[in-house]
Amino acid sequence: MEAQCINTLETLAPCLVRGGMDPGLAQFLSIAAGVLIVSGLPLLLVIIFIWVERKIAARVQDRLGPNRVGPFGILQNIADAVKLIIKEDITPAGADRLIYTAAPIVAMLSVILIWSVVPFTPIHIGADLDIGVVYVVAIGSVGTLAIMMAGWSSNNKYALLGAFRVVAALVSYEVPMIVALLIPLMLAGTMSMQGIVEAQQGMWFVISAPIAALIFYISNMAETGRAPFDLIEAESELVAGYNIEYSGMKFGLFMASEFLHSFTVNLLFAVIFLGGWSGPFVHQVPVLGVVYLGIKSIIPYIFTIVFRSTVPRVRIDQMMAFNWKFLVPVSIVNVLLVAFVLKVVQELGLSPSPENVHDFAANLPQTAILLVTNLLMGLVTINILRNAGRRERIADQNRALRGAERDSAIVPTAIS
Amino acid sequence: MLEFNPQLIVFFLFAILTLGGALGVVTNRNLIHGAIYLIISLFGGAGLFVLLSAPFLAAVQVLVYIGAIAILIIFAVMLTRSMTSMRELYNRQWWASAVAAVLLFGMLVLGVIGPVWVTNEETSQPVSDLVATTQDLGVALVDGNQYVLPFEIASLLLTAAMIGAIVIAREDD
Repeated sequence: MEAQCINTLETLAPCLVRGGMDPGLAQFLSIAAGVLIVSGLPLLLVIIFIWVERKIAARVQDRLGPNRVGPFGILQNIADAVKLIIKEDITPAGADRLIYTAAPIVAMLSVILIWSVVPFTPIHIGADLDIGVVYVVAIGSVGTLAIMMAGWSSNNKYALLGAFRVVAALVSYEVPMIVALLIPLMLAGTMSMQGIVEAQQGMWFVISAPIAALIFYISNMAETGRAPFDLIEAESELVAGYNIEYSGMKFGLFMASEFLHSFTVNLLFAVIFLGGWSGPFVHQVPVLGVVYLGIKSIIPYIFTIVFRSTVPRVRIDQMMAFNWKFLVPVSIVNVLLVAFVLKVVQELGLSPSPENVHDFAANLPQTAILLVTNLLMGLVTINILRNAGRRERIADQNRALRGAERDSAIVPTAIS
Repeated sequence: MLEFNPQLIVFFLFAILTLGGALGVVTNRNLIHGAIYLIISLFGGAGLFVLLSAPFLAAVQVLVYIGAIAILIIFAVMLTRSMTSMRELYNRQWWASAVAAVLLFGMLVLGVIGPVWVTNEETSQPVSDLVATTQDLGVALVDGNQYVLPFEIASLLLTAAMIGAIVIAREDD
């Protein structure tokens, strides 16, 4: 028993009680410590994320990136944070002071609250809710609210336009995201985040549901306002977007929440599709789970950054068409198809029983069938897209040809 | 004498949020502020759901009411700038809403607080035997003997409303 009393949060309360503390107070203290760690950790990590993003973006653009403050410029963001804090805090005239001040706090809150249901190790999780996934989706909608509050209260047309775009973009891209999330829920049979990770001990869901994973990843990129979907703050069109009037640390909070959100959705991607903390020896040494989860979420995160610095921004109509005419139909067909195939597989007795769900071999038949289904669906989708693209190109060519004919018909008459 | 009970403190916190937010909604002249107060009130309600061990309802409250309905309200108000500050708090229908509010309050008192004083066989049962879980709710919605027909009709109605909205909003071409 003594060995358990080292420093894991799970055992903090019993340790304090053994030290002669009131049980109620001990529990309160251990919960308070957990809250502090879960909410404080992302705020510290975001400093590193911003540095990572700036470094990678710089490399993509053939620059060096921050390299003056500290080794490899790693302290650059601390310097930036100090600068933001000591800057004058300006509230524009005509702004709605209360909402203007509350908006950056709500923005940060909506990201940090997600961390409370992320399972870091087999035993360390803020709150293992039965409805973890619904909670994540619900909290995500609060972020939209923060941006609207900022856009409206700034008393600035560009900010308001930016906020309108947010509603169009974020609310639309929530649809394919939620529909795609249904598939891991079906595979895991639970909405609890810890349960979803447990269900992936044998096989990661990214292998049995690659299309859902891809849709989730793309719509998350749009949800966080990352390029190519960064219409929320299109500098060339809106100057800066919803946060144009913000200065000092209020702007800093918006920026930090954006960078943190970008990492947080990749953390969710790792938890839901890449098996979360699962890895070798994780049940003996739970702390290893944090390392595995970190590695698994950093890989898609780096892809996000590279996409951001290489892909040009899409137009708003292209973004909407891509969502409503492509992602939503694909995600709905995918859910119907996977639900049907999964039921057939279960009826045939090929799916793993609850006892051997952790066994890699027991998962193989079901995964193979689902993977083939997904690949077939992907092939059909690509074929449909290719045909539609060809038809469009031919129509364009015909139109151009007809235009040229008309022009050549007009010109001689004009001369004569 | 009441014991020190963290749950009680949290309950009062959420109750104050709910009631204070609701009061802010009806006394505020600025419609955006009113919408924000509505969100605070709904958030308090979600907290109360959590205290009642109904996290699913709490999440749905945040998702549907705050994430969808309140955002829709704010969006609608934002598009109509002249509506953001109302000159009068009351309009001619105030008595109708007062009657409705009193009736609703009476119903809630009778239905929720009443059983506390009136003890009979039904109310003397422990609550845990009566409470339906989220799973029961989900099963009830797809069970042929229970609510599958109303559920499907409601879904059809919503789909029809959505298509209708698109048709109305579409420009003639």
